Amino acid sequence: MSEITQEQVAHLANLARIALTPQEIESLTSELGSIVDNVAKVSEVATPDVPATSHPIPLQNVYRDDEPGVTLTSEQALAGAPDHDGSRFRVTAILGEEQ
Amino acid sequence: MGHHEHELIRLSAAALAEKLGSGEVSSVEATKAHLDRIAAVDGEVHAFLHTAPEASLATAAAIDARRAAGEELHPLAGVPIAIKDVIVTNDMPTTSGSKILEGWVPPYDATVMVKLRAAGLIPIGKTNMDEFAMGSSTEHSAYGPTHNPWDLERIPGGSGGGSAAAVASFEAPLALGSDTGGSIRQPAHVTGTVGVKPTYGGVSRYGAIALASSLDQIGPVSRTVLDSAMLHDVIAGHDPFDSTSLTDAWPSMAEAVRRADVKGLKIGVIQQLDGEGFQTGVLERFREALDVLAAAGAEIVDVSLPSLEYAIAAYYLIMPAEASSNLAKFDSVRFGLRVNPPGGGTVEDVMSATREAGFGAEAKRRIILGTYALSAGYYDAYYGSAQKVRTLVQRDFAAAFEQADVLVSPTAPTTAFKLGQNTGDPMAMYLNDIATIPANLAGIPGISLPVGLAREDGLPVGIQFLAPAREDARLYNVGGALEALLEQAWGHTLISLAPDLAPGEMAAAQEGAV
Repeated sequence: MSEITQEQVAHLANLARIALTPQEIESLTSELGSIVDNVAKVSEVATPDVPATSHPIPLQNVYRDDEPGVTLTSEQALAGAPDHDGSRFRVTAILGEEQ
Repeated sequence: MGHHEHELIRLSAAALAEKLGSGEVSSVEATKAHLDRIAAVDGEVHAFLHTAPEASLATAAAIDARRAAGEELHPLAGVPIAIKDVIVTNDMPTTSGSKILEGWVPPYDATVMVKLRAAGLIPIGKTNMDEFAMGSSTEHSAYGPTHNPWDLERIPGGSGGGSAAAVASFEAPLALGSDTGGSIRQPAHVTGTVGVKPTYGGVSRYGAIALASSLDQIGPVSRTVLDSAMLHDVIAGHDPFDSTSLTDAWPSMAEAVRRADVKGLKIGVIQQLDGEGFQTGVLERFREALDVLAAAGAEIVDVSLPSLEYAIAAYYLIMPAEASSNLAKFDSVRFGLRVNPPGGGTVEDVMSATREAGFGAEAKRRIILGTYALSAGYYDAYYGSAQKVRTLVQRDFAAAFEQADVLVSPTAPTTAFKLGQNTGDPMAMYLNDIATIPANLAGIPGISLPVGLAREDGLPVGIQFLAPAREDARLYNVGGALEALLEQAWGHTLISLAPDLAPGEMAAAQEGAV
């Protein structure tokens, strides 16, 4: 059985910026434990001599020509924003009081 | 719905395209027939999250006008198509099945949409899916599940259950799907339809809301192999907006179907996917199909993929790791939902409250799992090891393709399970993907097509073929040949056995009541 704790899940939720409820943390702790037990077997065959594959089809990095293309207008870019001032996205304070 | 409409919706896309080309049927008639069908049956099926009747009829009328003016149009011009809601459309809301994007109308079209519109297809609506394509049953959609047209109590597969159910219930002849671990092929399997995951990079993903970028692929959904091939030909090709897009020149997939012939084709049966854990009726139909192929001159050989037992484990590390990164963009700033916590807070507090309210349970589960797999101290053991397993799976495939031109397996271990049956056990749900995820890990193409109904439950069974990367045409060859052989033996299509969802329709039409 894996060693996943509620404290760990709460920490991960903070890293992932999801304000989980205590009930969610509790259920996720046991679900993650069971999932991790199942997936941990990858280390059985992942020996040092096996190279990692990050991408299924080998490709070179791709650059486009440095020429202006079609881009969104500010109006289009802001159209789906929860809040904006007509030319910029509007958000609440970036820093809290203790910062 | 009139008698004429009832027949129109049952045509394949290829057959409908011929009638459109000859002028026997107009695109407005064809589009209206499918919209009427949606109105009649989608209350029960719930394949669609959004339809755009007026806009699609206007698009259809424009195609009819161009055709009437003598313009040379693409063969599929005027044919209606359903779009999985993971694909952004600049004229319809795009939610990816999530509350966090409810009502969002993207400011641009995905490249596949640009291509569909250029070819004159008629997008009629957006189809339901598991939230951010995370699931095998559509039960993780924030908008409620889709129901399998063969048995409304059962799952239509996932994540693209909406697209598969739309074609299976004759609401559209064609649909687009996306396949990260089987989300096109497994829904095809459980709904008696056809679905293809192209070679990674064969179809642009620009404008597909990313789940796992090294695995995702857009592909066709239909009722016949030829229809998928024709749609594949429309959407394939290099796209400078997708840096993983391949620059290959692709052969015509439709030609591969029309010339289908399995004589001398070596077909490798994946030993690890031909027995334990598979439903009896699934294996029965699978082996019958192999006999049919052998009788037609194919050579059936056994192949082994020894690393397969590690593939699901690797997949359920790589996919959530990439998903946790991709879903970071839903931050309450640029698009989608914003939830302000009681008493206000910093932008990070708003972000956390938004993501708590906007993401469903499965999305949260995978984001947390992915964050865990990528965190310091665990990265090498989990994500790093999973990437090594990926190499092993690729080596297994390379060795298998030395012995066979295509590989074959049942598409999934069981027929459609009941809605709710697996929702309490995420791992049981994940194990459904055993046959489909290896192709995504290796980037190779796969097709699922129907091979009959399981004896014990009367539900559809699909067969999956896999080909080496860039050899998608081989799938259309073997799929087209098997479909023709089976339909010849049966004397009908499999989908014609699906229950009539609106039995009043025909009777009313015959009485002249509508």
